[in-house]
Amino acid sequence: MEAFTTHTGRAVPLRRSNVDTDQIIPAHWLKKVTRDGFEDGLFEAWRKDPAFVLNQEVYKGATVLVAGPDFGTGSSREHAVWALQNYGFKAVISSRFADIFRGNSLKNGLLTVVLPQETVDRLQKLAETDPTAEVTVDLVGRQVRAEGITADFELDENARWRLLEGLDDISLTLREESSIVGYEANRPSFKPRTVEV
Amino acid sequence: MGRTLAEKVWDDHVVRRAEGEPDLLFIDLHLLHEVTSPQAFDGLRKAGRQVRRTDLTIATEDHNTPTLDIDKPIADPVSRTQLETLRKNCAEFGVRLHPLGDVEQGVVHVVGPQLGLTQPGTTVVCGDSHTSTHGAFGALAFGIGTSQVEHVLATQTLPLAPFKTMAITVEGELPDGVTAKDLILAIIARIGTGGGQGYVLEYRGSAIEKLSMEARMTICNMSIEAGARAGMIAPDATTFDYLRGRDHAPADGADWDAAVAYWKTLRTDDDAVFDAEVVIDASELAPFVTWGTNPGQGAPLSSSVPDPASYEDVSERFAAEKALEYMGLTAGQPLREIAVDTVFVGSCTNGRIEDLRSAAATLEGRKVADGVRMLVVPGSVRVSLEAVAEGLDKVFTAAGAEWRHAGCSMCLGMNPDQLAPGERSASTSNRNFEGRQGKGGRTHLVSPQVAAATAVLGHLASPADLSDADVRTPAGAR
Ligand code: SF4
Repeated sequence: MEAFTTHTGRAVPLRRSNVDTDQIIPAHWLKKVTRDGFEDGLFEAWRKDPAFVLNQEVYKGATVLVAGPDFGTGSSREHAVWALQNYGFKAVISSRFADIFRGNSLKNGLLTVVLPQETVDRLQKLAETDPTAEVTVDLVGRQVRAEGITADFELDENARWRLLEGLDDISLTLREESSIVGYEANRPSFKPRTVEV
Repeated sequence: MGRTLAEKVWDDHVVRRAEGEPDLLFIDLHLLHEVTSPQAFDGLRKAGRQVRRTDLTIATEDHNTPTLDIDKPIADPVSRTQLETLRKNCAEFGVRLHPLGDVEQGVVHVVGPQLGLTQPGTTVVCGDSHTSTHGAFGALAFGIGTSQVEHVLATQTLPLAPFKTMAITVEGELPDGVTAKDLILAIIARIGTGGGQGYVLEYRGSAIEKLSMEARMTICNMSIEAGARAGMIAPDATTFDYLRGRDHAPADGADWDAAVAYWKTLRTDDDAVFDAEVVIDASELAPFVTWGTNPGQGAPLSSSVPDPASYEDVSERFAAEKALEYMGLTAGQPLREIAVDTVFVGSCTNGRIEDLRSAAATLEGRKVADGVRMLVVPGSVRVSLEAVAEGLDKVFTAAGAEWRHAGCSMCLGMNPDQLAPGERSASTSNRNFEGRQGKGGRTHLVSPQVAAATAVLGHLASPADLSDADVRTPAGAR
């Protein structure tokens, strides 16, 4: 995974609540067997509308998505995270994320930042009034900064460390091999098995 | 202090616990399907890793599979590639697979329980949010992303952040004609699509204890639609009876006895404290349908499309406005007057034998209204065979419905079963998101009974709205 320390870029205001992963990347895109090439599927239905925020010239190349509450609900598809990354987003800011989406994002190095709705509103307003305004998402200092806005955010220490170092979760877990073997040795015999071994 | 059911199951699976780190949990059962696994197997291959426990892993094909002409090559080359990729991966890594055409094939959340693999007190994961279904057995079951699928394949464990617990207590009797689907839709409308976020929900109370396993699965299935990490129901005699004798249930004798002795400990202690509690009076419930574009936007069938202006919360008001626009509905319109083109009975929410029985009972001797297309898609091949043995397929086809092969089908329209733009469905599935059942399609979530009554009358309706005049052939003449 790519490490995330701090990122500065322009922001896109997405003023919608409850954006589910079916909207982020529709099901027919899920037939692909790779992790890339999802950028054109991002918000596919909404992008047909010329007025949709991502279609506006001023937001081309923006890398921070400032979304409404309950972003990423619904399906567990990690493709939603890949689509956002493939399109160029490095961070998403919202007052509330769905659990599975949040977990997926942090595993892929897409930083999801939770800020109070009032701060999210101010960031959206800023991006609307001045699309060239830059927003800094600083994981080292756990802070979001933009003109006139300084907001601290929380992220649990362990997730933050993994992101900062760009650590591979599986390698970390494999260091616990002896604990896993120990646990397995004590599992009851009535636990189900899919095949005889 | 006592512990809740969820906490007990969690504690029994901790492989490693360290200060300031997420617990590492052991996973008892890992279910796979074609959509969320290819990139995970790819990751294993690149890192030169194996599947650690093939004996705790099982795969089936469901999302992309056609429900017609299943003996012919799959027309869509991209779907075909995805299925072929799963077959190749399972062969290479030694994972048991039930492909299209196999008698154990079906929607992954229907297959696990019917094989007896889903058991009380187990941890169950799948790269699919509706893994919450398995919580009906008192399992801690949740959906994971593809990176986590790879993690479980490689290590049979997952590092997980702790959850909060919420009790949803449902007391009293469900009125006639009110099903588990109506109950869960009402719960989601009450707590909201984000209301369960961060929580494991435990459904309890006298109304829950009376439910069959199928009905319990319907409820736990939709826990994710309230944003919850998982949903659970304490195992009891109903659970044990369902499991006994199934392929992978503990063998009768010492194993069965030891298992049941353990399962009986899986109840929330009297002195345990939940982080949140919701109480629902079952007797106040009525058939419930959705009018909007998320599962929380629902109302009793007897009511009307709400007025967005009536919402105090700005973002809810905006969401309701958007939803009405997308759904082509106006505030104040009675829900019963909404006409549909399509009725879908199926999915991991309502594609089990009991669901097909109740839809068939409503439909028996009646006809699907002119201009309405009704699809009945069993959740698995086993369900299909059982339905055929009971003659349910004949009831459906005699009424003019299409009897299809098992799979996810129109629940998400990855196969050819889709709504056309502007088409409106009454669907027993779990998501009414924009475009979920096909680009521009409009979905109303309903119970199997409401689905069947709606098919007969051509507009949203419950069995109580049907009169004997709708019966055109004498009941039993099948
Ligand atoms: S039936 Fe629908 S909800 Fe269930 S697994 Fe299939 S696509 Fe997902």
